[in-house]
This record gives sequence, structure tokens and C-alpha cells, in this order.
Amino acid sequence: MPKTADTKPSILKAGTKAPNFTLKTTPDQTVSLSDFAGRPVVLAFYPADWSPVCTDQMGLYAQLMPEFKKFEAEIFGISVDGIWSHLAFSKDRKLNFPLLADFEPKGAVSRLYGAFEGAAGESARALFVIDKKGVIRWSFLSPDGINPGADGILSALEKLE
Amino acid sequence: MSKSYHPPHLTLPVGDRDHSEGPAGAPVTLVEYGDYQCPYCGAAYPIVKRLQKELGSSLRFVFRNFPITNAHPFGQWAAETAEAVGGLGKFWPMHDFLYEHQGSLGDETVFARFEGTLGLDVARVAREVAQHTYLPRVEEDFMSGVRSGVNGTPTFFINGVRYDGPTEVGSMLSALKSAAKERGTPKA
Repeated sequence: MPKTADTKPSILKAGTKAPNFTLKTTPDQTVSLSDFAGRPVVLAFYPADWSPVCTDQMGLYAQLMPEFKKFEAEIFGISVDGIWSHLAFSKDRKLNFPLLADFEPKGAVSRLYGAFEGAAGESARALFVIDKKGVIRWSFLSPDGINPGADGILSALEKLE
Repeated sequence: MSKSYHPPHLTLPVGDRDHSEGPAGAPVTLVEYGDYQCPYCGAAYPIVKRLQKELGSSLRFVFRNFPITNAHPFGQWAAETAEAVGGLGKFWPMHDFLYEHQGSLGDETVFARFEGTLGLDVARVAREVAQHTYLPRVEEDFMSGVRSGVNGTPTFFINGVRYDGPTEVGSMLSALKSAAKERGTPKA
């Protein structure tokens, strides 16, 4: 599969109004970004449940919940996996924050944020920190196969307000 | 990729607080952030030993704790045990024993027996672990890792720069050698 600069997604930049979306988090519950107006929101797009890199990344965020809570921030993991995969993955890895299913139409929200890898048909590994007013304050696209960790998110949260 | 990628740097410099093997003035320092229950760290353990053997006194190796407790229920206990034993001057034997007995994690008697063979006050170690005497230190290690771009375990830094290559002897050895060459002069 060709991996060239042209196929690299171009993610939404700091200063952009974060597009609203509604996605399923359980079979009968949805989450909308607009529900969290007034609080910082972290969106962590990732390629797939179960792959080793993502596992470390999401497990790390789970462990860092007390740090994120210091900023009253909500964090959501987003991939194109369906809700049943998310539930099994979340249970297996003891994740303590919601995973959202960008499943139907596939990758629509990832595309809105410029975080869709067309060639792979997956979300890119992209991070967004959104402020209380719904404006993206920091975004980061991680190189292929590299787990971005949490430092960028924490630094961005520290700089809000 | 059009943009060049810069791997993150170690934010907490290697110093007296650290457990290290090899000379402080070695031309290359390898820092590992690891979790005693992580299978990938277990797999990295003999690789680090091999690197130390290959590079001898030109390598300084430092280990810091990064227990991912959601995935590894005994990781925190093991980290605090190694630190408590470290407080009695035997960090490295315990560090090695933990990685050589990952399968026994959860059975505290195995580790207590080993502490006994080291001639340590086993009850004191147990008490300090129960009282979380070394919890702040483990947390300091952990957060220093988070702020340095540690994203899972094991994560390595070579002369303060995150190593993003594969965890295997050949790649790591050539990265360490080229870092040593770059440095040229011994580290102050």
C-alpha cells in the first residue's frame, strides 16, 4: 500500500472551531461534543481497538485520569471500530473513559477533523484539545506506529484559559 | 512525511536520585522506563543485559518505574518492592530477580525468600511496601516519564532522547554507539 505525503491526513489546527458530532458510546447511549460546552475536551483518535500501540496509549490515558480531572477535562477515544468491539476492549483493558464508535457512516467524524487515513480505512492517531468555548487549542498528528503519549495533552491543558 | 519529526526528550535529567549501573561519566546513558509485570519489559530485560555486556564501561544504564496498573495489577507492588529493597542498597539484584521471576508475581513469598538470601530485613521491606513509603518516588518516576513522552513500556532514552526504534540488540546497539560517538567527550 502506498504511504506517501499525499495520503497523510491534514488535521484541524489550533484556533479552529471544533465541529460538533454525535456518536454512540454504548448500544443505547450517544455522546455529543456540545454536551460538554464549558469544560475542556480531549479527543484521541486512534486506528483500532486491540492493536498493541493503541492499547498502551489508551491504558496510559486511563491511568492519567486523575491528572486530566485536575483540569476538569473529559477525554474520549474515537476509532472506526463498532460499539461491541469498544465495549469488549474497554472491559479487557479496564478503561475508565468512553470510547466512541465512528462506525456509521464509517469515519465521518474522523474526516470532519481531518483525521482519517483513507488508505487504511482507519482513524489517524490524532489528538485534539478543545477549550471550554469549543475551540481547538492544540492538535497533533502522530507519525505512523508511534504512540503520542500524554505530554502534549497535559501541556495543552495547562495552557488553557 | 513533509514535517520532520523530533522525538521527545527526557525532562528529568539523570542524577543522584536514580538507580544506575555503569560509570556516571560513560559516553552513553540508556534510561529505561519499565513495568515489572509488563511482558515487553520482560523481553527487553535480557536485551539490556546484552547491551551492557557489549558496551561495558562506555554504557550507563538507569531504570525508572512506569507501572501501568490498569493492565498490570502487580506492577505497582513490584515497583515499590524494588524501591524498598533499593533503600537497603540492593536495588539491582531485586530488579533482576523481579524480571527473572515475572511469572511468580502475585506470590510474595518468592520475593521475600530472595530478600532473605540477600541478607535483608524482610519484615522491613514488607512494612515499607504496605505503608507505601516509596509510592511518592514511583509516582515521581511515572510522571517524569509522562512529561518526557513515555507512551508505554518499555520506553528507552539514549542520552536524553527517546529511542523510537525496535527493542532488539542490533538496532539498540547501533543507536547507542552512534550516540556515544556524537558525544565524543565523557558526560559531566
